[in-house]
Amino acid sequence: MLTPVTPTIRSRPVYAPLEPKPGRLHLMVADGEGADALIDLLGKVNDRSQMLALAHVMYTPGPNGTDRSDALKALGVAQFFRAPTIPALLPRLIKVLADAYMGTQFYLAGTEGLIGQTEREIMATGFPVGAIQKEHRGSTVRRVQCVHCKGITESVATDPFKCSHCGLNLFVRDHYSRRIAAFQGVNIDAEDPGLVPEPVVKFT
Amino acid sequence: MSGGAKLQVVVDQVVPVNDLITRFRFVSRDGSPLPAFSGGAHTVVEMDDHGVRRLNPYSLMSDPEDRSGYEISVRRDDQGRGGSLFMHRHVKPGMEMTLSYPVNLFPLDSRAKKHLMISGGIGITPFLAQIAQLTHFGGRFELHYAARNRALGAYMDRLTSAHPDRVHCYFDEEKQAIDLNRILSNQPIGTHLYVCGPKGMINWVLATAEAMGWPRLALHHEEFLAPGTGLPFAVHLAASGKTITVGTTQSLLEAMEAAGVDAPYLCRGGACGQCETNVQKCDGTILHRDHWLSPEEHAEGRKIMPCVSRFEGKTLVIDR
Amino acid sequence: MSLDFKPDFSPGAFNDFFRDETFRNDFTYRNSPQNIRRFPFPFDRDDYMYSVNMEPHVPGRKGTAFEHILDVDEHYVAEMLDRAKVLDDDPLRCQSLPHMTLAGWDLLELIMEAKARDYPHWFSLTKNGNRWHWVNRPLGIEQTFTFLDESTLPYGPFEYITRQTQGDFSLQDERDNDLWMDAGMITSQADWSLDFDIGMSFMEWHAPVPLAHEKGVFDRALKFLLKLQHGAPVRRFNWTMTVNPLLDTAPETYPVWGPTKASLTPENLGRKQHLRVELQSLYRLPRSNAIAFDIRCYLASFDEIATVPKWARRLHRVVRDLPEELATYKGFIRNRPAMVEWLSKHDDGAPTLPGWWPDD
Repeated sequence: MLTPVTPTIRSRPVYAPLEPKPGRLHLMVADGEGADALIDLLGKVNDRSQMLALAHVMYTPGPNGTDRSDALKALGVAQFFRAPTIPALLPRLIKVLADAYMGTQFYLAGTEGLIGQTEREIMATGFPVGAIQKEHRGSTVRRVQCVHCKGITESVATDPFKCSHCGLNLFVRDHYSRRIAAFQGVNIDAEDPGLVPEPVVKFT
Repeated sequence: MSGGAKLQVVVDQVVPVNDLITRFRFVSRDGSPLPAFSGGAHTVVEMDDHGVRRLNPYSLMSDPEDRSGYEISVRRDDQGRGGSLFMHRHVKPGMEMTLSYPVNLFPLDSRAKKHLMISGGIGITPFLAQIAQLTHFGGRFELHYAARNRALGAYMDRLTSAHPDRVHCYFDEEKQAIDLNRILSNQPIGTHLYVCGPKGMINWVLATAEAMGWPRLALHHEEFLAPGTGLPFAVHLAASGKTITVGTTQSLLEAMEAAGVDAPYLCRGGACGQCETNVQKCDGTILHRDHWLSPEEHAEGRKIMPCVSRFEGKTLVIDR
Repeated sequence: MSLDFKPDFSPGAFNDFFRDETFRNDFTYRNSPQNIRRFPFPFDRDDYMYSVNMEPHVPGRKGTAFEHILDVDEHYVAEMLDRAKVLDDDPLRCQSLPHMTLAGWDLLELIMEAKARDYPHWFSLTKNGNRWHWVNRPLGIEQTFTFLDESTLPYGPFEYITRQTQGDFSLQDERDNDLWMDAGMITSQADWSLDFDIGMSFMEWHAPVPLAHEKGVFDRALKFLLKLQHGAPVRRFNWTMTVNPLLDTAPETYPVWGPTKASLTPENLGRKQHLRVELQSLYRLPRSNAIAFDIRCYLASFDEIATVPKWARRLHRVVRDLPEELATYKGFIRNRPAMVEWLSKHDDGAPTLPGWWPDD
């Protein structure tokens, strides 16, 4: 099931179920529970064999450990690649993009961190961002950039939290940058240093 | 607030290119440089055709960095409303005219890895300016240009000698056709496609590309709809308090302008949305001929694009 | 090659027009009495709500900030020196994505031509084909360069010219029927981060502004701007409040200036509390088809505003009656009670005339 995301401000990304579209290559990138979105996508196609023959799946386990590699391998896609982490997945994605042609369909599924970091590589080719399909599944933990020191803290679960680079206490905004593939964190106790609310678990 | 800022020019050259196409060159009346522009831009040429005021958009084909003059090419349309005939028959060197500042509704995507251009006939004109711009500032392009025969293939020689590897020409009468499937299969991710030419060609290219998985956002086209002709009809202009009649070869926009009502416009071809007008009352059928309103808006009948659309029926009241 | 300013603050230089003042530390920034009357007071009535409120950006009333397309005032030199310091501390405040260089040239041409035309005693531009010669006397700059050739300037064209021009600038690339904020020189912004926002679409960039989205303000603004034509620039106003005449109120340095909001007292409020007005102008650029957005910032303290009776009355009423969400978003909810208290002493309740000029 799609992870529900409350649309708040308009820079907060919103997602939708993946739909099959015509293409010469179906590039599918997912982490964790995103694998289920890919399986559901293929379930929407009447004659799967054609799509499977043109599908290249790149997958990595989710931040909470979910690893659906076996289920994905069993689909019978033309190419299947498993990376241990997102950073390990990206170099291969970049090479695939360098060799890809127009007529390629992109399907991204899983955590916002996976979606954001892969979307960014696709956008760098000049491909229009509005044509990249994205479905949010699984964990809602966030990548957050500290606006003060520019360091990104991965898998943020609480609000506020401590920047893993400079140590400032940051509150998590819904303001999101595709270029940085992260939400924004701003110092919460700037006007009253030391007055930091109890961290609340907001993202799991 | 009609067409915005204007340029006062004088006709510098009139050059017949072939049987159908004539090129016009304009320079500023006071000798100052004309504004630079971006490839794909058009200008709206104002004409006083024996008492009938016409404003026709034409793509700028000259080098955008050449500020000494602007060039357009006009294809003579004997079946049209008269604008191209006026240009061909009555516009002579030395004649003073007024142009709009360049307006670009067909720009290149600045982040595209490559620009794939497909043109037919007079549709070549915006690409001439865009190719000049890419030659100055860098950028990959590939042009496929179809025309009926060599004589009517304006500017083909100029293009193929300047860019032999990147320009491909096709002549209908020699049974040469653009192999669209092959061309569309070979483009790297990040390529954007631009098509300008007859309506049928545009529809064919866009449909083929979409069927092959190209996203709509990477497909760009320009088609200047001529306002077309039709039966005359009456319109009440609520804001101005006037009732006007739109003639057979006149658009609703032109009729409003002739009545002294200053209605906004930009492309005058049903594509840009600038002239969008609210309909207050409609007892009849609006004949939508634009590419701007959505199908829902067409069905709802609460908006009309006066530059190209018409009406038949008892009463039409609009908010101008 | 570098861009070293050689300003001249010696007595008599430029008829002592340009002020030698600071926007940090000791905050010696002040408006001269003549400049107070030029202040673009943004309220034409006694209440305020967002609107698109665009108007043609054409030369306006003589002797005001609207007289010329690009206004150069007594703070010019000091502002440019402050900008250079901000950029020294944080170069990320000026960025231009690679595909925006042509737009940067468009902006350089626009600014140099406007300044040379409107202030010929301070700026000159001579062209020999693409060989240009630019003189900026107040900053002591003289530069010969080749237009459209970045290798002949000490910075990219966007950074080069905005280091010499008052106001923050952003360049919007038009594509996908949307506007993308793909370049910016942002050293006097009201609390948004260029480094975070660069590359965003119009709606994404404006996402944090409350209320306006529900009212459709930004949908209409985007539609309007997509039709903006070369040769027909437009402008509108925005405003907020700042403690101290601090131009650089960036989120990056919020831990530094944030605490100063708590430093207001009834005794220092008149001197420290500033009304900050943004005169925003928008231009379609010719070669790149991009849109240039100039956010020109004017600061006046409450003491200075109170010297104009009509403005004092009106400011009191606007601040007192502003919806809480707006006051919170504009960052002064904490100090509003103190501001209203201070301003009430300058409001005798008399009616104010519509319009924003000081006299009428």
